[in-house]
Amino acid sequence: MSSAPHLDLDHVAKLARLALTAAEQAEFSRQLGEVLHHIEQLAKVDVTGVEPTAHAFPVVNVWGEDVARPGLPVEAALRNAPAQRDHLIVVPKVVE
Amino acid sequence: MADELFFKSIAELGDLLAARTVSATELTRAVLARTQAVEGRLHAFNSRDEAEALAQAGASDARRAAGQARGPLDGIPVGLKDVIAVAGQPLTASSRMLANFVSPYDATVTARLKAAGAVFWGRLNCDEFAMGSSTENSAFGPTSNPWDLTRVPGGSSGGSAAALAAGAAIATLGSDTGGSIRQPAALCGVVGLKPTYGLVSRYGLVAFASSLDQIGPLTRTVEDAAIMLGALAGHDPLDSTSFPADIPDYRAELKRRPGPWRLGIPKEYFGAGLDPEVQAAVERAMDFYRAQGCTLQEVSLPHTQYCLDTYYIIATAEASSNLARYDGVRYGHRSTAAKDAVDLYRQSRAEGFGAEVKRRIILGTYVLSSGYYDAYYLRAQKVRTLIRQDFLNAYREVDALLTPTSPVPAFKLGEKSDPLALYLCDIYTIGVNLAGLPAVSVPCGFTAGGLPIGLQLIGRPFDEANLLALAGAYERGHDWHRRTPSL
Repeated sequence: MSSAPHLDLDHVAKLARLALTAAEQAEFSRQLGEVLHHIEQLAKVDVTGVEPTAHAFPVVNVWGEDVARPGLPVEAALRNAPAQRDHLIVVPKVVE
Repeated sequence: MADELFFKSIAELGDLLAARTVSATELTRAVLARTQAVEGRLHAFNSRDEAEALAQAGASDARRAAGQARGPLDGIPVGLKDVIAVAGQPLTASSRMLANFVSPYDATVTARLKAAGAVFWGRLNCDEFAMGSSTENSAFGPTSNPWDLTRVPGGSSGGSAAALAAGAAIATLGSDTGGSIRQPAALCGVVGLKPTYGLVSRYGLVAFASSLDQIGPLTRTVEDAAIMLGALAGHDPLDSTSFPADIPDYRAELKRRPGPWRLGIPKEYFGAGLDPEVQAAVERAMDFYRAQGCTLQEVSLPHTQYCLDTYYIIATAEASSNLARYDGVRYGHRSTAAKDAVDLYRQSRAEGFGAEVKRRIILGTYVLSSGYYDAYYLRAQKVRTLIRQDFLNAYREVDALLTPTSPVPAFKLGEKSDPLALYLCDIYTIGVNLAGLPAVSVPCGFTAGGLPIGLQLIGRPFDEANLLALAGAYERGHDWHRRTPSL
């Protein structure tokens, strides 16, 4: 974190499953470089022995009763699907 | 102008409805007509359903006629930020990704407001996926500030604040991840309450950053905020982060808590970048509280300078995870140009998301990625602990903190094109989200140019009753909240 941040935009966009145009690549590189430069100052904080906070008020082990409840009807659950057939969502072939 | 029905408070209208001076149908028609008159200039709404609103108003009138009115919200037109699900209605999060999405179920806050008899009036514009501070990131175009149509209403709940200030709703809901209720409330001259993390269920809220997001009301008065919070708050088994807190009668508690309070002034909140007119208005509010017998003392929140960076690491990391669900498969936009399955994800997301959402997904993916997790994300979570401890330390000596809500009044549409400049709008509000605290913005004056200024009061966790009483004491001594924009 102490060295100048290097954001490999190609790699990160691949991880994020996000196609970027050349113009977006150039613009985001510059803008995110500025943001990362700002974020570098966090390296100055002494966090020795400090526990991380994931939630302000940790609520752990929330259990629900294991009972069946009515869910959405299939038609309602699939209403927003971009493509469907026979109560199934249609997707591109993933195995040749 | 303030005599118009659409500029009255929930409390005032509740009395008129109970006395049968006004019917819910008359009130709803007045709000609908007002909306039609101003919406062309404002663009506060993403979608509206007039027939549905009038049907709900008719049902409210029928309940009242049968002696079955449900309390102060029965028949009150309430607008919802377009990130909160209402069964059968559109839910876009102001994104092309969800342009055609229809909610299959009600959010818990929706179900609670329905049970209280509220009339749902429209889904309000916001920054895309609630990411922004000006509502300019909406895929459907920006909302204007009703006090000056050339300026932003703030964000991300800008439509919620603008519609309320303009009389196009009697109360609205927003969501607040880094200031998204309080900052637009300040810029539009209304009351905005961000409750304690866990007090109000997020079931049915489009997720942005789950350890920070909180739903809350925007209202004309503090009493209205208490009425709305009373309807919204409470444990929900459908939200596993919902906190089983005791819920007092917030409205009744307003009168039972006369003060005086010990108020802390965080010295780090009055530095460079604070507009002099904002500072002067906040200092006059300090004088008011002093004259009421409150003690004011300077306090220090030493990690304040790290709030912005901590926030942008944690919020973007959580956003990148939450928004992974938008892949063009089960719902949302699907690209027709994709070659294979992975390309379907990449192209659907490229076509569906706007620039700011893409930037945040990339930043969040980066800070979570192998080799950078410890240096960025884990470190930010540790600094978050220190930021939270700063607030809890301050509360050993004081009951609440007093600060500006926004460093600047409403700025011009298009003025802040640089992401970092826009992020700096949130410097006084994000610490509250990182620490999970309740905070409220109340109108505390106007600039010489006629723009509203907001005062932020920050309370102890789950102590909304005291926080609202403190805000109510200020409101009773002033009439800023009675001013209305000339639209």
